[in-house]
Amino acid sequence: MTTRAGRTLHGGKVAYAILILAVLVSAFPFYWTIVAASRSNADLAQVPPSLLPGPNLIRNIEAVMEEADIGTALVNSLIVSGSITVGTVLCCTLAGFAFAKLRFRGRGALLAVTVGTMMIPPQLGVIPLFMVIAELSWVNQLQSVILPGLVSAFGVFFMRQFLVQALPDELIEAARVDGASTARIFWSIVVPIARPGMAVLGLLTFMAAWNDFFWPIVALSSQNPTVQVALRQLGGGYVHDQSVIMAGTLLGTLPVLLVFGLLGRQIVGGIMQGAVKG
Amino acid sequence: MTQGAGPAGRCPPGGALPLVPTHRPTDLPKGRTVTLTAPAGTAAPPTPPPDEAARPSAARRVWATVSPYAYIAPFFTLFAAFGLFPLVYTAFVSLYRVELQTPGDMEWRGLGNYTALFADEFFWTSLRNTFTIGVLSTVPQLVMALGLAHLLNYKLRGRTFFRTAMLLPYATSVAAATLVFAQLFGHDFGLVNYVLGLVGIGPVDWQTGTVASQVAVSTIVVWRWTGYNALIYLAGMQSIPSELYEAAEMDGASRWRQFLHVTLPGLRPTIVFTVVVSTIGATQLFGEPLLYEGSVSGGISHQYQTLGLYMYEQGWGFFHLGRAAAIAWVMFLLIVVLVGANALFARRRSRKEAGR
Repeated sequence: MTTRAGRTLHGGKVAYAILILAVLVSAFPFYWTIVAASRSNADLAQVPPSLLPGPNLIRNIEAVMEEADIGTALVNSLIVSGSITVGTVLCCTLAGFAFAKLRFRGRGALLAVTVGTMMIPPQLGVIPLFMVIAELSWVNQLQSVILPGLVSAFGVFFMRQFLVQALPDELIEAARVDGASTARIFWSIVVPIARPGMAVLGLLTFMAAWNDFFWPIVALSSQNPTVQVALRQLGGGYVHDQSVIMAGTLLGTLPVLLVFGLLGRQIVGGIMQGAVKG
Repeated sequence: MTQGAGPAGRCPPGGALPLVPTHRPTDLPKGRTVTLTAPAGTAAPPTPPPDEAARPSAARRVWATVSPYAYIAPFFTLFAAFGLFPLVYTAFVSLYRVELQTPGDMEWRGLGNYTALFADEFFWTSLRNTFTIGVLSTVPQLVMALGLAHLLNYKLRGRTFFRTAMLLPYATSVAAATLVFAQLFGHDFGLVNYVLGLVGIGPVDWQTGTVASQVAVSTIVVWRWTGYNALIYLAGMQSIPSELYEAAEMDGASRWRQFLHVTLPGLRPTIVFTVVVSTIGATQLFGEPLLYEGSVSGGISHQYQTLGLYMYEQGWGFFHLGRAAAIAWVMFLLIVVLVGANALFARRRSRKEAGR
């Protein structure tokens, strides 16, 4: 009796046991962050180690605010990730729509170039990029992280795939017959239909932008850090109090965890959907 | 921009998500989710011209041919400036002497950056480390992901919970994860050594030991990406038609044999996809080795310095941007070779299978 998703599991207890173990392993580092962030450095240098949260969370947070300017970092990360998300979703929806539903010369070639570069890590272009922003005197300014962050070949491909399926050609034709311009069609037909795809792309983009590491540590410094730049500074060996470092880690992770907690189901859906569609 | 870290280029979902498991095994009927591959032409059927009755003005017709470009212009402008140009220009920069403090002054060096690179023993160390850490992180990660996906595919209570919880590490940044793990792997007071001590092992030197430190760095990668890959595999498993399992069952195939002969072949495109993405991620591994102890050299004797970190050290530690560009270009070629080899291997396998 095998049906696909509904295959009943003999030895179900073993399966649950393994899955629960996997969940524990996934979650433990988070728990440990809370434990370590709420204790003192001396507590962490004890054998056996303490496995329960302590009373020092507020003190450690105050310390890390002072030593690594996590406050500024959080605001900067919010600005950077927010702008990148809005900009990327907009650019990718526009381009995705054109690639999915409009006919124009060079469409195939341009799409192939876009998809082709998805495989090439942008990390490899960091050096010329740095020379450009140095030339523009953008080092240490947020736009040096925001503008390159808007380029998402993946996003274009994702929105194209979404719209090819979700947007019926007849709808566009009907609107054309009624004399609607392409711009009009985009705002009143394409965008409403594309919304679920835009939401998923937005979520993934926000998390990626928040967590992005290499380019921000090259383009920014501790004078004007994002969260990841501040964490790099914390881990750079100049703060020695482990519990303070962990307080910084906790603060820097909390916003993404919040997004994940609220919308985790959609993120899971987006990743699985993306995998099958690809 | 740049670097989603581990497996997944940058738009982590970036390069990562749904690239293209292009070929589906021909011996399988297509799953109900039709695979849309990228190549040109397959897009939408041509839109018929608007109704003759509502004949548009000449100006409007011109606009109709031009306007599609307006839609792709924002993306391609940014793409050309911040995506394509830097990539190509890297090769150019790698032929010059360029210093970090004066990036405007470029002095022709020919292949000098490359010969200097190949003469540097730390280049070879980091190349070797990239390879071993790549294997240590990718193989366990994908094998465990496959197993977990198999379990997640059963009918389960609280399956949304399991799926979401397993993706939790993916939501953390490289920096945060590494700082936490660096502490867990601490020599004197780390939790890992404490637990190992309870069973009479250790203390292991997770910092200066070559193998131990590489295992520790790989663990961070495995932790962050196993759940993500499990979901990708799960999605692939769900598009395998149930009739194939029924037929196998009818033939008396055990569950294990079903896994081997139905699940694995059905997943092949997905597996190829995850291997490629993880390989690309492993080749440019950077944040984990940098923050594990916070130094650009990747340990006292460079024991876990990767190519990505070596590039950063040359460029932003020693200010040699030209040299760093040469390393970037070597990494690019490495990726091309590895991905090519992968594609070749996958094609050979499926042809062999088809010939049977």
